[in-house]
Amino acid sequence: MNEMAQDGYVTEDGRTIGSVVLEMKNITLRFGGVTAIQDISFDIREGEIRAIIGPNGAGKSSMLNVINGFYTPQEGEIWFHGSRRPKMKPYEVARQGIARTFQNIALFKGMSTLDNIMTGRNTMMTSGLLAQALWFGKAEREEIRHRSQVEKIIDFLEIQHIRKTPVGKLPYGLQKRVELGRALAAEPKLLLLDEPMAGMNVEEKEDMSRFILDVNDEFGTTIALIEHDMGVVMDISDRVVVMDYGRKIGDGTPDEVRANPEVIDAYLGVSHD
Amino acid sequence: MTDPTLAGGGLVSIPALLARNARSFAASPAYREKEYGIWQSWTWLQVQEEIRALALGFLELGVAPGDHVAVIGGNRPVLYWSMVAAQSVGAIPVPLYQDAVAEEMAYVLDHCGARWIVAEDQEQVDKVLEVADRVGYIEHILYHDRRGMRKYDHGRMNAISDVQRTGRAAHDRFDAELAKRSAALGYDDTCVMLYTSGTTGRPKGVVLSNRNIIEASKSSSDFDSLGPGESVLAYLPMAWVGDFIFSVGQAYWCGFCVSCPEAAETMYENLHEIGPTYFFAPPRYFEQRITLLLIRMEDAGRLKKRMFDHFMAHAKRVGPDLMDGKPVGLWDRLWYGLGNVAVYGPIRNRAGMANVRVAYTAGEAIGPEIFEFWRSLGINLKQLYGQTEASVFITQQPDGEVRADTVGVPSPGVEVKIGETGEVFYRSPGTFVEYYKNADSTASTKDAEGWVATGDAGFFEEDTGHLRIIDRAKDVGKTASGALFAPKYVENKLKFFPNVLEAVVFGADRDMCCAFLNIDLTAVGNWAERNNVSYGSYQELAGMDAVLDQMQGHVEEVNASLATDPMLSGCQIHRFLVLHKELDADDGELTRTRKVRRRIIEEKFSDLIAALYDGTGTVSTETEVTYEDGRKGSIKAKLTIRDAKVMPVTGKTLEAAE
Repeated sequence: MNEMAQDGYVTEDGRTIGSVVLEMKNITLRFGGVTAIQDISFDIREGEIRAIIGPNGAGKSSMLNVINGFYTPQEGEIWFHGSRRPKMKPYEVARQGIARTFQNIALFKGMSTLDNIMTGRNTMMTSGLLAQALWFGKAEREEIRHRSQVEKIIDFLEIQHIRKTPVGKLPYGLQKRVELGRALAAEPKLLLLDEPMAGMNVEEKEDMSRFILDVNDEFGTTIALIEHDMGVVMDISDRVVVMDYGRKIGDGTPDEVRANPEVIDAYLGVSHD
Repeated sequence: MTDPTLAGGGLVSIPALLARNARSFAASPAYREKEYGIWQSWTWLQVQEEIRALALGFLELGVAPGDHVAVIGGNRPVLYWSMVAAQSVGAIPVPLYQDAVAEEMAYVLDHCGARWIVAEDQEQVDKVLEVADRVGYIEHILYHDRRGMRKYDHGRMNAISDVQRTGRAAHDRFDAELAKRSAALGYDDTCVMLYTSGTTGRPKGVVLSNRNIIEASKSSSDFDSLGPGESVLAYLPMAWVGDFIFSVGQAYWCGFCVSCPEAAETMYENLHEIGPTYFFAPPRYFEQRITLLLIRMEDAGRLKKRMFDHFMAHAKRVGPDLMDGKPVGLWDRLWYGLGNVAVYGPIRNRAGMANVRVAYTAGEAIGPEIFEFWRSLGINLKQLYGQTEASVFITQQPDGEVRADTVGVPSPGVEVKIGETGEVFYRSPGTFVEYYKNADSTASTKDAEGWVATGDAGFFEEDTGHLRIIDRAKDVGKTASGALFAPKYVENKLKFFPNVLEAVVFGADRDMCCAFLNIDLTAVGNWAERNNVSYGSYQELAGMDAVLDQMQGHVEEVNASLATDPMLSGCQIHRFLVLHKELDADDGELTRTRKVRRRIIEEKFSDLIAALYDGTGTVSTETEVTYEDGRKGSIKAKLTIRDAKVMPVTGKTLEAAE
């Protein structure tokens, strides 16, 4: 697994990881005088679960926002499926097959679980406003097709019982799951998860880990996730990027990263001889 | 006993009933299941084809007559089909409790020597694989839900639909064999094996023959005139005899439709959508629904609340009489009619009981107020008394003779007698064949003439002929002073308070009775919310003085009512404590059907029991708990013990009968 062949590798649990989907080359992002990300390069391969970890303020969420098109880096290149990506708006990135969830849940609180997940298919709806309002012909057929996809996601995430509950009423762990559902509804090639397990208890974390693994396994979705809780991430990720103060201090398999003295320093703050 | 050929024209097995239904009710719905938000249905003809395909697949795999096929999972049509498919090839289905942990599963799988497993999903498959090494007999695992199964080694594992496909493809080779095996099924061959939940010791495999299941289904269907038009929701564990009788026995005998909920959590919603005509639920269910309703009414507007209170009071007064067909004044009738439109109808509809013609409850005593509440709404809720060994039915209440404190008259075809010690015995066509591989237990339960000891103490009321159950016969004892001690009777009285979830009373051979209580988190939590009482955990809430005060009130009320009963006044509770954790089946404190396991609780909480009897005011303790995934942890707590006021006895205390 250490030797990264040009066309991927095979994981310990027997999954075949494909070629590079997204490559970040020497990315630097500044906000005024503050450098959030400094000269970072890494790649994400097809079918992989790739984690970006680091202490608070390390620049993880900024990195996700760069991938997502929300921030444009001052320096560096983003290569997606073998070609250099020009500067893009987030919705254009979404249309390319990159979906995300947010650290602080960003759902429509007054809308039901079902409607929230339906919004995830927004970029795929083609009928016009009037046709949708009249719900006739093509618009009707389209909605039925989208609804059936959404129902499959509801079934997949085991949230049938809250299908019609306004999400504002749901406990935190379930809201996180609904958000994952909305991201899945876009049928992404690459799914970005911003701290999917933040604030969860052990049981909720285990559930979420299972769903992430299942998404990867069932749909073959490539996943990039951010976490500062090392434990869970190490269990489910294939490769891990470690960031600290905007710099990359480690990159490799969970075992390699765990053994990296710089990483130990960043997390434990102890000196070593 | 009835001659089977006369009884049903060759309908001597479930597969035979299936063939009859596919002919007689070909286009009527047999199963419904909600999938992807939409109710799907299968007609009897389609079901016959599905079951046949799976049966052929079983033959292809090499399932032999007499093999045990373990079925593990929630209520899914395909799992019901797999049981009938197993029967079609002469194998014996053994449904297991889906929430059983791997350990419990290992025992049962090993005991019945299951060669074939039908599992619902990855979770169940994982549990089976965990114990597969210890249980040497397993040849092949079939699963329903493909999710997460891709990476598994499929050498000894297949999706049910794949097995059906190979079965269909191989029909040339196996049609004759399947027909031969199905035709060979006799009335006294085993229909199903069900493991009892086991209040004491290891579960026992109850062998029920086709005769048992079909005779019991037939006479009980006649008793309540059930027909092909009924509709039921199958939501109780498949391993429980009741579900097998309601969702398989009676459903196949009558040819009615069985609906399966989308998920366990959506049961209330699905019940509302399906609106069954025939419904069974344990007392706890009826209690919880009322708690939910009352909580909601607390939040309702004033007009609605007043309407609800007014009409519920009216229903309480005249509803039960109307139900029993007793004379009721014209004005009261009209007013009830108005209430029906404004209040009762909508409540029935919300509760999914709009179409219910017959509803049963059993398993535990039901609070008189809970019972009357539902009956006053116009729901024909009745009680029955039964057990696995009887294919459910021992006694049941006929329409018009329904009361909260009895369990009815002997079911058709059932003989009941009371033994010298007060224990209830019965004999019926539904009486089980034997406990599997356990001749000793069989002999000690069923005598040569076929009388079965229920283990329950009870008596017949002289004027009505109805049976009343007091307690488990082995739990009925005496206190040190010689007074009758019936713990469950007292526990039930305590549990009738919505705030009390569970109670365990001690007192056999002791000089006074003491109790453990569990608070009901829904009810007490709601009280806390309304009174701005903040709490961080179950344990903290359960330990609050205000909560203990409430509990003390309940205990003293029970004492007052016990004091008026000459037989049981010796059971008044002197001291009690509120437990720091909910009693749980995962920790072995309750059975899977949520019955208290006294011996285990006595051992596990021996320090607390000692404290109850030595007069201490507070006690520190540490308890081991098991999480859902089988890992263990422990809870530490400091508990306060309260003294409850004991009432002077109004009647004379009777000595317990020897």
